[in-house]
Amino acid sequence: MFGRGLKFLSILTVVLVIGAFALVFFYAPNDADQGFVQKIFYLHVPLAIVALAGFVAGGVYGLRYLRSGDNAHDLRSYVAIHLSLILAVGALITGSIWARASWGHWWVWDEPTLVAFLIVFLLYACYQPLRFSIEDRERQARYAAVFAVVAGAFVPVNFMAVRFAQAAVTHPRVLDSSDSMPGEMALTFLLCLAAMALLFVTLWKYELASKHASIRLRQLRRQLAGDDDALLAVPRSAAPQEL
Amino acid sequence: MPALPLDDAGPYVAAAYLVFLALILVYVGIMAAKLQRIEREVSELADLAARRRPGTAAAPADDDDRTREPVESDVR
Repeated sequence: MFGRGLKFLSILTVVLVIGAFALVFFYAPNDADQGFVQKIFYLHVPLAIVALAGFVAGGVYGLRYLRSGDNAHDLRSYVAIHLSLILAVGALITGSIWARASWGHWWVWDEPTLVAFLIVFLLYACYQPLRFSIEDRERQARYAAVFAVVAGAFVPVNFMAVRFAQAAVTHPRVLDSSDSMPGEMALTFLLCLAAMALLFVTLWKYELASKHASIRLRQLRRQLAGDDDALLAVPRSAAPQEL
Repeated sequence: MPALPLDDAGPYVAAAYLVFLALILVYVGIMAAKLQRIEREVSELADLAARRRPGTAAAPADDDDRTREPVESDVR
């Protein structure tokens, strides 16, 4: 069900990620202002963009769950948010390393872009505890979907608020300045973004396939259990347990 | 701040890309552990099914199962 086309997708992802990183180091020129350290840009920015897009995708699937009641959408939403959190951790750490190299500080609290991203990250860090705190599966899925929709809508609003609020910021604005990027840099950046998006989709499908297999196994176990209560016991989990 | 020379910038760039690599490797490791658990559960269920129906032969392969991986029963 969820594992279709994974082999092709995996090969394509590996090729694209290696190709993109090869372009970063062997094709894209060094930045005139920042020098070699600007190479972090090709990793940090795609990580952040794909993580935010993944949060929004989690909201879209949450909305689809609320409309249809299909547990597969709840699973898709859960996995998208889970993966986006991992990428967001990567974006925060790589951004921190870049900040240290460029600005001399690991973190700058008066920089709205950084703080806004941290707020989004902390907001979504509540998603799994929220799910885990609700025992009833249907309520868990419904509340998590509402959370995913509201938080998913907050992501672009937060992003735009930061843009409109600040006239002068330290943090570079990639989407504003991409037109002025040299061709080699722009091409490399776009390829890195595509590679990161593809990596997200591939890992998303892997985790969906794994979770689906676990759920099917549990259903089989239930069918075989008969009177054996020990086999029917389902551990409490934040992840969806039914399809 | 002025641009860092290559010698100083190199460790930062390497650290950033290593963080990414580590994240992916940890994720793949967790997925591998989950896969092992699924494999173990499949074995348990297969044993359970065999105990429940001792005289039942293995189910015939599906029509579209032509490319399946070899299983233990094929080897015997």
